[in-house]
Amino acid sequence: MSEQALSHLKVIEFCNFVCGPYCARLLADLGAEVIKIEPPGVGDGARSRGPFLNDIPNPERSGLFRYLNTNKLGITLDVKTSTGRDILKELIKQTDILVEDNPPKLMKELRLTYQELREINPRLVMTSITPFGQTGPYRDYKASEMNLYHAGGEGYLLPIQSPDPSREPVKGGGLVGDCVCGLSAAIATLSAAYCMGETGVGQHIDVSKQDVLQTMVLLQVAMFANMGVVGTRLHRPLLTPIPMECQDGYIMISALTNREWQDLKKVMGNPAWAADERFNVWITRHTNGDEINPHIRAWVKPHKKDELFRKLQENALVASPVNTSEDLVKSPQMEARGFFAGVEHTEEGKLRHPKVPYKFSRTPSKSECAVPSLGQHNEAVYCGRLGYDKEELVKLKESGII
Amino acid sequence: MKRAALEGVRIADFCWLWAGAYATGLMALLGAEVIKIESMARVDPSRMMTLTIGQAFEGVEHSPVFNSINLNKLSVKLNLKLPKAVELAKKIIQISDVASQNMRPGAMDKMGLGYETLREVKPDIIMLSSSSFGAEGPLRRYGGYAPSFAAYSGLTHLTGYSDAPPNPMTGSTDLMSATTSAFAIIAALNHRQNTGQGQHIDLSSVESLAVFTGDALMDYIMNGRVRSRRGNQDDIMAPHNCYRCRGDDKWVSIAVSKENEWQAFCKVMGNPDWTRDEKFSDAYCRWKYQEELDRLVTEWTVNYTHYEVTEMLQKVGVAAMPSFSNQEIFSDPHFKERKLAVEVEHPVMGKQVVLGAPWKLSETPAKVTKASPTMGENDEYVFGELLGMPSSEIKQLMDEQVIY
Repeated sequence: MSEQALSHLKVIEFCNFVCGPYCARLLADLGAEVIKIEPPGVGDGARSRGPFLNDIPNPERSGLFRYLNTNKLGITLDVKTSTGRDILKELIKQTDILVEDNPPKLMKELRLTYQELREINPRLVMTSITPFGQTGPYRDYKASEMNLYHAGGEGYLLPIQSPDPSREPVKGGGLVGDCVCGLSAAIATLSAAYCMGETGVGQHIDVSKQDVLQTMVLLQVAMFANMGVVGTRLHRPLLTPIPMECQDGYIMISALTNREWQDLKKVMGNPAWAADERFNVWITRHTNGDEINPHIRAWVKPHKKDELFRKLQENALVASPVNTSEDLVKSPQMEARGFFAGVEHTEEGKLRHPKVPYKFSRTPSKSECAVPSLGQHNEAVYCGRLGYDKEELVKLKESGII
Repeated sequence: MKRAALEGVRIADFCWLWAGAYATGLMALLGAEVIKIESMARVDPSRMMTLTIGQAFEGVEHSPVFNSINLNKLSVKLNLKLPKAVELAKKIIQISDVASQNMRPGAMDKMGLGYETLREVKPDIIMLSSSSFGAEGPLRRYGGYAPSFAAYSGLTHLTGYSDAPPNPMTGSTDLMSATTSAFAIIAALNHRQNTGQGQHIDLSSVESLAVFTGDALMDYIMNGRVRSRRGNQDDIMAPHNCYRCRGDDKWVSIAVSKENEWQAFCKVMGNPDWTRDEKFSDAYCRWKYQEELDRLVTEWTVNYTHYEVTEMLQKVGVAAMPSFSNQEIFSDPHFKERKLAVEVEHPVMGKQVVLGAPWKLSETPAKVTKASPTMGENDEYVFGELLGMPSSEIKQLMDEQVIY
């Protein structure tokens, strides 16, 4: 019996920065053996980006890198050399999955296209993640996560309920654009792996980050195509569409159904303004939000966000405080679910890390995990897996290949 | 290969609303046979209305929203308030590989369809339960919609202008939670393929969004720093923003990363005098004075369309893209060539434009094969053909409002 859900899968990750590494991390956290390939010397780009532990910049102290690379084996390899390429091909022969996020032109130059790799491993599932996909006029365009958030259509709609049409559209917060693309790529990858298990045949998957992000707003796209509704980030007169200010922060309240509206009225003490007949019908309630919201805002204002959250939820109403990272780390709910795991750090002992958002009853993800330092598993992989002896390893290192 | 990636996988789908329906919707695009179990006694609200724009639909078969997230699925009617319907649901589970649901924790158990029961019916069943806070923990009984679980996750706090309130984003957060569910189910399918064992997956929508804020969480854990929203700004890059262009509410996003990109960017702008200002002489000062920098860049971008700026900059290796509206995307040549949008014939609404799957699988393409099902469209196939019930019995159960 395998220990974890994906313990039977071997993965090579030839990726950089956020999106591709996040995709491979999702597989690693469920037990797949992921060998991450980093360029010798500098390593993955995320190593040089913050946050750094105790604000000391160092490739082994990047929180961004650590977050994206738990449970992986790390090796260094210069695939631009012909020896490096041959070594990579040796590894690919023995793997089930290759995840890469390089420009299509580069993969062609390196002679690492799927057509070439399937010759050496017909069972290979190869996932290529690029900003705009392998085809189409923009396939060689550059794009950061922010560019793609806008090309992907949600940026134009944010912030929702913007009070100021002269201000620019914005992207979603944190790493959402890159991570959701990595997540989506992981779905296609594991589906192809499943299919390979059934048929013995591998395949290539072309993931366009722009396409993934467009599908995240597919409802808005469908609303234009089929109903003629042009999306806007500007104000719409809806009922409580955005968080409201409390004494100590913000709270998000959603009363969608008639039952919820009646209960909300009750919690507010059945104020006279709420008795308006139009507000009893859900559609006129939701399109007359401008009349209702100021009253709710005034009622919300003197409360504390957590106290109001509990009061509303205890009355079967949907609400949530707008949490900061600190609130989340201190949340008793996250604590009870073990969302934060201890991860070994070479210098500082254990550090907490956010884990995965799902609990598998039979194959739980590990409660402790590790992050590879640059080239940490060179010997294990090159000697243990590929059969190089230590002398050769030294030569490869001296010539800058690993 | 003439098959779909998840061909042969059958799903008894108790999911509803956006966060539930799109999870199995993605799997239906990959070829799984998804049987949506729904009822006139408890209609999926996305069949009836959209609160994104505050609009009610004519009837339960008139929702482009429901259609978009339930493509390729089958539908049977089962009024799960009645014990006979619950027994029929178990029969469907018996011939399924996966059961999926996103009701409040405990609701399925109350109906007699909890994981322990399902496992008795089908020992290797994979069951996904998706809820706002997860099935364990002190808040497990608390409810949530996308804006509230986004708020709890920390994502809302990080979205928006630095000098304005936090922003919950669009309903995309529902689809992101759904995407997480699909991933978890497919991982469990791989495990079952390898070991023959099923299992239960307890998924929290809050956590499914919290994982997208890893940089902010690590900064708090490592340094005690609480990050806040900053519009389009980056940790180190500048210019890195959306800039107004010629036209009505048209914008281009520009991200300048390295020194050579900055040089190329200046050249495209015609090297105006301000680019030689000390204030913008290295990456750090550009980042530090980015608000002033953004104003100056806008003085240039407003003279051109977003496409013109994009083309000029991409030509010299600087990342730039228009900020597309849901209308404009349809005339974009790249979007057209990728064929993400396809037409599908809906039995009631007629021709509908929908988005298919965002991946191109070389051997087993993920395809839109049919529109979303009408309510109970496949009662005959599922109860008659799959479960082998005589049509007289099916009719009887319809009269009793079990199949309803």
